[in-house]
Amino acid sequence: MDMRELRLPNPIRPAFDKPTSDEHVIVNIGPSHPATHGTIQIVAELDGEKIVRSDVHCGYLHRGFEKECESHTWHNLIPYVDRLNYCSALINDFAYCAAVEELMGVEITPRTKYLRTLLSEYSRIADHMTCIAAGLMELGAMTAFLYLVSIRDWVYEHIAQVTGARVTYSFGRIGGLARDLPDGWIDRLEWILGQYDDFVGRVHGLVDRNRIFIDRMRDVGVINTADAINYGITGPMLRSTGAPRDLRKDTPYLAYAELDFEVPVGIKGDNYDRYFVRMREMDESVHMIRQLVDLLAKTPGPINVDDRRCSFPEKEHVYTEIESLINHFKLVMDGPKVPAGEVYLAHEGANGELGFYIVSTGEGVPYKVHVRSPSFVAMGMASRMLDGYQLADLIPTFGSINMIGGECDR
Amino acid sequence: MSDAVFDRVRSGLGDLAQDAAVSHGVLVIDATPAGVLPLVRGLKASGFDMFLDVTAVDWPAQAPRFEVVWHFYSTTHKVRVRVKTRVAEQQPEVDSLVALYGSAAFMERECHEMYGIRFRGNDDLRPLLLYEGFVGFPLRKDYAKEQEQPLVPYREGFQ
Repeated sequence: MDMRELRLPNPIRPAFDKPTSDEHVIVNIGPSHPATHGTIQIVAELDGEKIVRSDVHCGYLHRGFEKECESHTWHNLIPYVDRLNYCSALINDFAYCAAVEELMGVEITPRTKYLRTLLSEYSRIADHMTCIAAGLMELGAMTAFLYLVSIRDWVYEHIAQVTGARVTYSFGRIGGLARDLPDGWIDRLEWILGQYDDFVGRVHGLVDRNRIFIDRMRDVGVINTADAINYGITGPMLRSTGAPRDLRKDTPYLAYAELDFEVPVGIKGDNYDRYFVRMREMDESVHMIRQLVDLLAKTPGPINVDDRRCSFPEKEHVYTEIESLINHFKLVMDGPKVPAGEVYLAHEGANGELGFYIVSTGEGVPYKVHVRSPSFVAMGMASRMLDGYQLADLIPTFGSINMIGGECDR
Repeated sequence: MSDAVFDRVRSGLGDLAQDAAVSHGVLVIDATPAGVLPLVRGLKASGFDMFLDVTAVDWPAQAPRFEVVWHFYSTTHKVRVRVKTRVAEQQPEVDSLVALYGSAAFMERECHEMYGIRFRGNDDLRPLLLYEGFVGFPLRKDYAKEQEQPLVPYREGFQ
């Protein structure tokens, strides 16, 4: 059989296909490379082991999120929103719901506010742990990986006790949440946070002053604050350069204005700083969760707003009253009517500014849902962080960006 | 605090803006396509150092058809500005912001492939999330959601 018949078209057009020198060679890495977590393709020109220039291609996980949103009701697209950053899906949920609530003029109840904040911080811990654990494993630190992933798995299973799912929760509701915490959840939370202190302490002991780790991470993938801001970088990557920019402090939303927490920053924006900023941010999240547990104990009350435009009526009323039955029917079939207008609302996602730009024409279905995803914007700077370093540095540098395919490619 | 910043921005706009009003905590500025670049240059000078996002909204029944929407953030004033302009279907062209912000190059590529908006001055508008050779602009309202154009053809009898 003629092999040329089997040739498939190249899905990308690389920025360069000729090396700048006869000594150089062009290497294609990905899109499914065992050492890069995330479906990404990098075309790199190498001089020996050194990357001279690189061209980053994302999009392999593109599934038409924004197009799909335009044919689902405001409620029905929550499961899609979950699948943006699937390491911290609840943050996506709450940011999306907050954007719709802003347009509808709905104010969530105090208990929901605290619950959303707590679950956001809990998700942030899981997300940072995934990022750090995977990064460490790629450098050969298997023990540290297992320590962190043990905690993360307890967190996942613990969140599953509230939401019913392990990774993609579909737990946010416009105007509230799917349900309140089950009995005994807070006790288990205390136990997990105790384990967190123990295991994260061990990881600090194993890694922080480890010669191999420092040699691989220090002064690799360096970015400075001016470049980071110029390239739209937010979140832990921007903070690793020393800029204390955090939406939770700068434009407080949910309950962050009531909480005591610090914004950890790095010194020079290299891989080591990104590791350390994430580790410290997890500590701050634990500190916030402990405050929120106290606040939640003092805040009983409904979790869903009493607003028939968006909140579903109680099931017992749906089965016994015609008004509630029709209300339920209209919310399911037509979707909540969101007033015409547009809004941009951003939450501090685990990777940075996660913004939702939504446009409504007053229907039960959005006219447009656009996501400003931090990973996607960071990919615009990725090649600058890889050029000039060793090929082997690509793995920890790319890991420290924490590109999440679902969020980047949408 | 944000009101004071917005007032200062608004007074510095001059005739570059057709309209400027605060909506849901964001200053929304309407501009002409030609006015966007000088307007954004002024915004950057007044502290809007982060270019967050660019996208478009397709209004097929209206003329001009496309609304191009930019979002900017100031890390000093901690407020956001939205700049909007309208471009016609026959000439969906605006000025690129690559000269002002590094993040523009990547995000304009996405807006270009999804809506067919051309960014004058951005010479790298290769497909990014879509594949090379994709026909059409999938986020336009006249692109059917069900339309398929697989890069690798289906095997016979599979479809």
